[in-house]
Amino acid sequence: MPLKGTPVKRAAHAGLLAATYLPSILKGMWITLRHIFRRKVTMQYPEETWKLPDNYRGLPALVRDDQARVKCVACFLCEYVCPPKAIHIEAQEIPTGVEKGPKVFDINMLRCIMCGYCEEVCPEQAIFLTKEYTTVGVNREEMIYHKDRLLEMGGIRPDPIKKWAHLTAEAGSGTHR
Amino acid sequence: MDSASAPPPPMPSEVPRGEDALHGERMVINMGPSHPSTHGVLRLVLTLDGEVVKAVQPHVGYLHRGMEKIAENMTYHQFIPYTDRLDYLAPLSNNVAYVLAVEKLMGITVPPRAQVIRVICCEIARISAHLLWLGTGALDLGAATVFFHTFRERETLYNIIESLTGTRLTTTYTRVGGLMNDLPAGWTGQVRSFVEAFPKALDELDALLTGNRIWMKRTQGIGRIGAAQAIGLGLTGPNLRGCGVAYDVRKTEPYSGYEAYEFEVPIGSEGDAYDRYLVRLAEMRQSSRILDQALRMLPEGPINIDDPKVILPKKDRVLTKMEELIEQFMIVTEGFKPPAGEIYHAIEAPKGELGFYLRSEGGKSPYRLKIRSPSFISLQAIETMAVGGLLSDLIAVVASLDPVMGEVDR
Repeated sequence: MPLKGTPVKRAAHAGLLAATYLPSILKGMWITLRHIFRRKVTMQYPEETWKLPDNYRGLPALVRDDQARVKCVACFLCEYVCPPKAIHIEAQEIPTGVEKGPKVFDINMLRCIMCGYCEEVCPEQAIFLTKEYTTVGVNREEMIYHKDRLLEMGGIRPDPIKKWAHLTAEAGSGTHR
Repeated sequence: MDSASAPPPPMPSEVPRGEDALHGERMVINMGPSHPSTHGVLRLVLTLDGEVVKAVQPHVGYLHRGMEKIAENMTYHQFIPYTDRLDYLAPLSNNVAYVLAVEKLMGITVPPRAQVIRVICCEIARISAHLLWLGTGALDLGAATVFFHTFRERETLYNIIESLTGTRLTTTYTRVGGLMNDLPAGWTGQVRSFVEAFPKALDELDALLTGNRIWMKRTQGIGRIGAAQAIGLGLTGPNLRGCGVAYDVRKTEPYSGYEAYEFEVPIGSEGDAYDRYLVRLAEMRQSSRILDQALRMLPEGPINIDDPKVILPKKDRVLTKMEELIEQFMIVTEGFKPPAGEIYHAIEAPKGELGFYLRSEGGKSPYRLKIRSPSFISLQAIETMAVGGLLSDLIAVVASLDPVMGEVDR
């Protein structure tokens, strides 16, 4: 069955008055001028800033749990999934608790596209996208965020699920950096 | 670089004197690749005779990123963020187009709620893309006010997109087998209030332009193309419908449940820039209608299919259960492996028929991915539309074709 379209209505040139362009100009002016009395929509950035939604995807950061321990266990899943290959991890053995942690955790913010895949795949809830969207550096090295800076950005995010509770009880109050 | 690699079109050796304005002396000039009215890095090599365009040669490739090749080296999921960067004015509909193609390859049908949300996403993308087109197109032709009005409306839509996906532009919202997340609380209310307020804003834009004599003079009869020619060149979307051909993938090959919605397919009659303008304007009204219906029919239920081989398990299970943890690692590293075969799936994107051709050899990455981008094909029509017209009309032609270079070059 051929699809039936709905023809659009074309306006036609109408008369001498229209040929003076005056009606068009006046109508346009009238519509434009009415907007003066409407609510202003312009935002005075940077004095005013945007209210971000809770699921906003800004720069990624590493978080610590409520006992200030690094949550990342260097499983390399985020490094693997990262579409632009912005994450670089080197693992190390750590004495307590989860046994493995990141020695190096770099995110190249010049490559990062804030797609949120790292947060989505992380099996430890150790990496999150923050609401940070302003970032600046004077050279490329500065834009590679190292572990310390990422941890500082992420801060402490208490676990909704205390998955290590029973293990840490066995191992004493182990803390690792 | 350019003059060496791409010689300008050959000039005719014999031009009868007196027939053309400058006695046949032609000038070859570059328009672009950084020209405000080429909307990106489009370079047009023009052969001019005075103000009359004698030949137009579009040069593309300035935004080439090798996306199709990149796709061959990653899992199907990892490519979704790349689709945001095709037609970057409607990333949501690109996301939908890509995952629908992968789902077709795998024989997946997503739950009804996900289908309706995808329709809402596509129509929001259409309205926002058309609004941007209208604003910048009018700005190219000197009507600056329209630009501000459309951007105000577009801002509302971008807020809606931001609260849904977490970003304004690079949405990455769909997943194979479902969606990234369910609708946030109060989101449908946001869309509802937009749908209610939008027709009024559209009336205003309509009043500013449609009957405006200056606008009519700049667009009527400009960039005319016949239906047969348009089909021959492979034009789709509003550019084709402007010539009076009723072709809309949403109607001809419905996907994502489009057959359940009631909407019209606006078509033009003359195939000029004015018709393409009217068609897009009417399409925005139809999209708003579809949004209204979609909000009414939005069912409750899951947004993802129930398949642990495709969909990532729930986070709380990943954290505490071994099975789900293994699934998580398997899906991320090994991906899913669609059966060997090839498919083509197209959707009606704002610019026209956006199709993904996928060939699988049974591995975790596509063996070949080809993107049929409507803007690339639209560019072919510039020559037909602009030759013989004035240089200033070429601006109207490019604007009315609505090419997006992210999609042209891929």
